Amino acid sequence: MKSESKLEKILTQGIFAFTGELGPPRGSNVETIREKAAYLKGNVDMVNITDNQTAVVRMSSWAASIIVLQQGIEPNYQMVCRDRNRLAMQSDILGVYAHGISNILCLSGDHQQFGDHPNAKGVFDIDSIQLISMVKQMRDEGKFLSGDEIDTPPKLFIGAAANPFADPFEWRIQRLAKKIEAGADFIQTQCVYNMNKMREWIKIANEEGLTEKVYILAGVTPMKSLGMAKYMQSKVPGMDVPDEIIKRIEGVERKKQAEEGIKVACEQIEEFKQMKGVAGVHLMAIEWEHKVPELAERAKVLPRPQV
Amino acid sequence: MVKSKRKPLNEIMGSIQAYSRIFNIGCGGCASVCLAGGQREVNALNSEITAELKSQGLHKQIDGYTIERQCNNQFFQGLDEIVQKYDCLLSMACGAGVQFLAERFPTKPVFPALNTISIGIDRDIGLYEERCRACGECVLGYTGGICPVTRCAKSLFNGPCGGTNKGKCEISSEIPCAWQEIYVRLKDQNRLNDIRKIRPVMLWQNQVQRMTVQESYRQRYAQS
Repeated sequence: MKSESKLEKILTQGIFAFTGELGPPRGSNVETIREKAAYLKGNVDMVNITDNQTAVVRMSSWAASIIVLQQGIEPNYQMVCRDRNRLAMQSDILGVYAHGISNILCLSGDHQQFGDHPNAKGVFDIDSIQLISMVKQMRDEGKFLSGDEIDTPPKLFIGAAANPFADPFEWRIQRLAKKIEAGADFIQTQCVYNMNKMREWIKIANEEGLTEKVYILAGVTPMKSLGMAKYMQSKVPGMDVPDEIIKRIEGVERKKQAEEGIKVACEQIEEFKQMKGVAGVHLMAIEWEHKVPELAERAKVLPRPQV
Repeated sequence: MVKSKRKPLNEIMGSIQAYSRIFNIGCGGCASVCLAGGQREVNALNSEITAELKSQGLHKQIDGYTIERQCNNQFFQGLDEIVQKYDCLLSMACGAGVQFLAERFPTKPVFPALNTISIGIDRDIGLYEERCRACGECVLGYTGGICPVTRCAKSLFNGPCGGTNKGKCEISSEIPCAWQEIYVRLKDQNRLNDIRKIRPVMLWQNQVQRMTVQESYRQRYAQS
């Protein structure tokens, strides 16, 4: 084992993984974290703790990760390249491991222009692929980026993101290969709505032998409403929502749109369970954590394994 | 070349408020080329200042002169005497020129009339596009002549990120994704291998002030 990660144990045992997500609060309110965490506990194997997502200031992801860990849930500490230079990154990596966190997700981060401080100076000292390779070096060689020795290296299970839907499509597999080469142990994809494209992407990943080198967790986000579906289709960068999804949500009466969204998500999860090269699902129920118990139940992924 | 743009009039008025004899010095170099701080712009700014003062019922002496460049000491020579007649200087040069002017006349308050924007190219007359951040470690050789530091909003060395949207940057549908362009160009040149390798972390050189000594002059500036 590369780490003490529960996710790593589940994946290496060949169990279909099911992970969730929790956004830290816009303040120091610990109760809201605990409330959200309670819905996730026992229903997912690990919870991603987002890092100032959409470039809006929130409680730091490492702090929220520790609170989640104290609730008996395994966090996946997300780290973006936007807000920290290589010094801050390495020290935070040491810090989270010291607090018992075993997973990290290495991301570029949404550009600051999207957020609540659009004129902030973006750091982007290193990029997400360089971050992956830095974490791997820290873990496997016990060395900082500078080459200096680390006293007690951080044994983290290293995650990365992949967006099979962004341009240029042909290059997306190459980029996945670069992330694997850099040291990614697992991948969590962008929210999948375009299943045709996802099938094609996974097929190529299988053919290139990439799915043997990395565990791919397919991203699923249930649509809560027609408004959300339309927003995701037109406003969220790198999101690919086919018209048939919009039509399906549109085709039911307003009160039943959320139900239809859940149905779509469950159908996707069923297909992912069978899809060669997919090792699990990452459920991003954005501000819908209270629906996770129902979603997990209906997706037939319960009970979660005790490993 | 260096691209600059004039500051708003009210900001310039604010900086000269406490002074009554103002000398506005233009720059015949980049600032003139990009139509921000040459002789024509010095005259235009002085007219605007005069009109503004008049509307406020104020009177100040404001004169102008444009030298060849403000980033080379030899071009300041003719100014030494005339500058003494004024109690503040406005500079219509880039940030480098303003500083050099202030260094030459350390007893005179010097105010910038321009904001320095970028190292860029002329897209058209009066339309300039940033192309270089002077990072000091040019990577254009492996990125098909498209700068990831300047043109990628996240300055990625192993792009593109997951935010590319139909070939555009996630920050705006008007801005092309630099890495999409890098990919297309290298693909057309059959050079995709150049970006298949992981590019290691950048060793940033532009975090401290840099001094450039050309090799052929090393001897001349060597510390004895």
